[in-house]
Amino acid sequence: MTIAEIGPVATDRERGRKRLPPERPRADGLHLQRIDPVSAKGQGLPRWLRRASGPVALVLLWHVLSVTGALPGEVLAGPSTVLSSAAALIETGELQEAMWVSLSRALTGLAIGGTIGVTLAVISGLFRLGEDMVDAIMQMMRTVPNVALIPLLIIWFGIGEAPKIALIALATAFPLYLNVYAGIRNVDQSLIEVGRTLGLSRLAMIVNVVLPGALPSALVGLRYSLGIAWLALVFGEQINATAGIGYLMANAREFFQTDVIVVCLVVYALLGLAVDFTVRTLEKVFLSWRPAFNGT
Amino acid sequence: MATSVQRNLTDSRPQASSAMLKPGPQIVPSAVAETANAVRVRGLSRRFGSRDVLQNLNVDIAAGEFVALLGASGCGKSTLLRILADLDREFSGDVEVPHRRAVAFQAPRLLPWKTVWRNVVLGLPGGADRKRALEALEEVGIGHRADQWPKVLSGGEAQRASLARALVREPDLLLLDEPFAALDALTRIKAQELVGELWQRHGCAVLLVTHDVEEAVLLSDRVLVMKDGIIAHQEVIDLPRQRDVADPVFAKIRGNLLDCLGVRHGTHGNS
Ligand SMILES: Nc1ncnc2c1ncn2[C@@H]1O[C@H](COP(=O)(O)OP(=O)(O)OP(=O)(O)O)[C@@H](O)[C@H]1O
Ligand SMILES: [Mg+2]
Repeated sequence: MTIAEIGPVATDRERGRKRLPPERPRADGLHLQRIDPVSAKGQGLPRWLRRASGPVALVLLWHVLSVTGALPGEVLAGPSTVLSSAAALIETGELQEAMWVSLSRALTGLAIGGTIGVTLAVISGLFRLGEDMVDAIMQMMRTVPNVALIPLLIIWFGIGEAPKIALIALATAFPLYLNVYAGIRNVDQSLIEVGRTLGLSRLAMIVNVVLPGALPSALVGLRYSLGIAWLALVFGEQINATAGIGYLMANAREFFQTDVIVVCLVVYALLGLAVDFTVRTLEKVFLSWRPAFNGT
Repeated sequence: MATSVQRNLTDSRPQASSAMLKPGPQIVPSAVAETANAVRVRGLSRRFGSRDVLQNLNVDIAAGEFVALLGASGCGKSTLLRILADLDREFSGDVEVPHRRAVAFQAPRLLPWKTVWRNVVLGLPGGADRKRALEALEEVGIGHRADQWPKVLSGGEAQRASLARALVREPDLLLLDEPFAALDALTRIKAQELVGELWQRHGCAVLLVTHDVEEAVLLSDRVLVMKDGIIAHQEVIDLPRQRDVADPVFAKIRGNLLDCLGVRHGTHGNS
């Protein structure tokens, strides 16, 4: 058999019968698409370098604008000023202390809020009675904007650490609650059936099937919670803070130190990134069974 | 050989009259009742809404017997199987099955967050016994995949793992709901042979739901055809094992079954 016989060659008769379009000239007949293997893509530049190029270009632009005077220092300090004031703040130890205070506020709030959110979600996810008692209340309360609670929190807890942490705890409890609850309720029914045919006890079913099944969703909740924890931290630190990044920022505002403000913003961003990295690592560890879509 | 009346399927036992039917679902382990049957079903009915899917169905499966169940799509085969697996108790009638049952579904249904071997021994008393899991996986020919995540297994491998998980429980009754339906033709033939061998080695009763008439005749001692909510027809296959598709008796049985399923003889399966 020759190649011509195997290939999809339509005879004139067939073409008439199937009403195929008249044969086009071979040259532009078929547009073939080349499919490159992954290894051939983005050759040369390593991934981290490509990812870093955007931020680096932005900082360069900012530097150029500052040096040329297009961006006056009172509006926004240039990168070199920011760096030197960061160095000064680190030397006096102010920055580290402020970071530590802020980070521990965020994590304490998250620990409290997360424990409450996850516990309530497990209760209302696993038990019908729990659902009836808890879920309606949670669904109602989550619609109240957290920031609107600040006056109440100040009245209840004063102006020390307590209202700040309470605000963060409140804000982080809901995303975790909603996602863990949904995760538990959406566990694949067919896997529950498998558990039953394997004779799993109720506890074994929860440990082996329900909770692992809810884990992907729970980690999404954790991410949301962390994002919100940061937001709540910034708001919370506006309440008469005497330490922390928010306090540094408030001081800087008094003296129009835009360089210090930028340092604080960068620190917020870096802390956020570090925490996000932690969650990603957790996902890698706990969801290693799931071949994930990594984007293109 | 072929009987088309349901009454004959329940051999010499007294018929289940409506007076005998106890209300509400009952699953009694057969060890309690003195019978050599692995499955005893009397007057089983199941409705979904206003639709009667099973209507006063009777069926027996002897201990160690391999029974195939055929029937048009949607006639209630899976419904029956789920009731026998104790996954559905919304029925009426008497159902007796052994304590030790195992199920393999059409989809392998492995827990994606447990490695293959942990899936196999999940729920066994005595905890996660890796050695036992490996033996079971060797038996179905995928011992080398024991430490993989289920998601990276091929369809055939996953189905084998699911079979290993069922067999490691040493069931007295193995329920198979179209376990080969998603496999390609070659893998399927191998899987069928495997199930035949495993059945002979383990000696458990098997109820195999399938759409493949040939598969049913190749593997089973008896083929049941389900129609209108009851077992409407059965064929006892007493051909010797290692059956030959080209055997005229085989072809005749297959023809009977195809007729019974409403597929005209000669338009199907005469390859
Ligand atoms: N949970 C349910 N709720 C309502 N109807 C159902 C339910 N489960 C099954 N049915 C109906 O019962 C009938 C029998 O379903 P079943 O799954 O037993 O069919 P089947 O014989 O296994 O078909 P197939 O060969 O296609 O798998 C179908 O018409 C189906 O729609
Ligand atoms: Mg079915």
